[in-house]
Amino acid sequence: MRDLKAVGKKFVHVMYPKKSSALLRDWDLWGPLVLCVSLALMLQGGSADSKDDGGPQFAEVFVIIWFGAVVITLNSKLLGGTISFFQSLCVLGYCVMPLTVAMLVCRLVLLAGAGTVSFIIRLIVVGAMFGWSTLASTAFLADSQPPNRKALVVYPIFLFYFVISWMILTFTPQ
Amino acid sequence: MATADDLKFQEFDDAANLLAANPDATTISIDEPVEIPKNQHSHLQEPGREEDDELLGTDDSDKTELLAGQKKSAPFWTFEYYQTFFDVDTYQVLDRIKGSVFPVPGKNFVRLYIRSNPDLYGPFWICATLVFTIAVSGNLSNFFIHLGKPTYHYVPEFRKVSIAATTIYAYAWLVPLALWGFLMWRNSKVMNIVSYSFLEIVCVYGYSLFIYIPTAILWIIPQKVVRWVLMVFSLCLSGSVLVMTFWPAVRDDNRRIAVATVATILLLHALLAVGCLAYFFDAPELDIPAPIIPAHNGTTVITKSH
Repeated sequence: MRDLKAVGKKFVHVMYPKKSSALLRDWDLWGPLVLCVSLALMLQGGSADSKDDGGPQFAEVFVIIWFGAVVITLNSKLLGGTISFFQSLCVLGYCVMPLTVAMLVCRLVLLAGAGTVSFIIRLIVVGAMFGWSTLASTAFLADSQPPNRKALVVYPIFLFYFVISWMILTFTPQ
Repeated sequence: MATADDLKFQEFDDAANLLAANPDATTISIDEPVEIPKNQHSHLQEPGREEDDELLGTDDSDKTELLAGQKKSAPFWTFEYYQTFFDVDTYQVLDRIKGSVFPVPGKNFVRLYIRSNPDLYGPFWICATLVFTIAVSGNLSNFFIHLGKPTYHYVPEFRKVSIAATTIYAYAWLVPLALWGFLMWRNSKVMNIVSYSFLEIVCVYGYSLFIYIPTAILWIIPQKVVRWVLMVFSLCLSGSVLVMTFWPAVRDDNRRIAVATVATILLLHALLAVGCLAYFFDAPELDIPAPIIPAHNGTTVITKSH
């Protein structure tokens, strides 16, 4: 129960990203795991003529998120960041939450139809959530970086969330 | 009137200790003239060698040679060893990118920008960006080309991301490895003034790929002429960076081998660009099989659309 409360508190922290050390100090990977699994599940069921042309498979989404988060963490540590490995994974994983919400919204919008209007709505929602994710993770991670290398650390985070947003936006149902 | 103490012999500490004790004291330093190694070649110089000085970066190449030996002192199984490859600031990375996009004629990219501080940040993240840019742009361009056709159904083509990643990372790491091995082999046969470390070659190749990122975005435009013009333009820019880097390293060799090496470098670079354009971007004007319209007098007319 205590762990569940801690996870819930972190979700709230991501929703209102103020610089707080609670997210960094008591890291846990439950939240990222739940978010990653639900995002990967929601990205299933896309249409494809052949298996080669469709959207990402479950394992591909999983690998992209976890491998991408590990690479970004290694990158920030190699550039001289002072944050620990698992703390950084924790932050990056929790900040996927706005994009998971965007995926949920996209699937609901796609239930109503798949025309141009629905595409514009999805584009706006995914774009806004992408900005929110990037800003939230930057707010948490920026202080642990050396000052003249902040842009070098923020850019891979931007690329990471951009790729996830692209996967969400290009999801087309059967 | 001098006291007896003043006339006694005094031992003076060396400058460092004195300065530590009294930091504000004025100091005068007398340096010995430093022997510049490349001047030893002066009596062998031909007129064409002046450009080597420019290409070698005369100003602080001595310092960098000395410093290069002091940099990577940590053993290779420690984390600090790999941190030395990421010892760059934001402005340095931006400078290197600028140097790869606007090559100054006659200036060597490695000597001018890398200066014995090769980094792995640039090559790795430029390749990652290029992979996703090509995959996304290819997908978008195919979407716009086929938009409006009744039989077209959009697919994200996610498999192409892994193909793009394999191709680009293989190019950015295996070709420098082969080139480095080749240059080392030639170095053992012919004494070359200029030789590059493996990381410097990886660095040049990585930064030279940067120009393809905006090119890939502009390749969304579904016009064949525009795409080929862009391709030739970016090939010229990044090819010139590579040629100006590697020509001084092979010019001392047999003429034919030098020309063949540079030609191979350019050919592989062009092959990468052409291959990416052909595989990830569909051709703009497709002849789709048109519907057969039965004419009134019984003969069928097949219309071809452009």
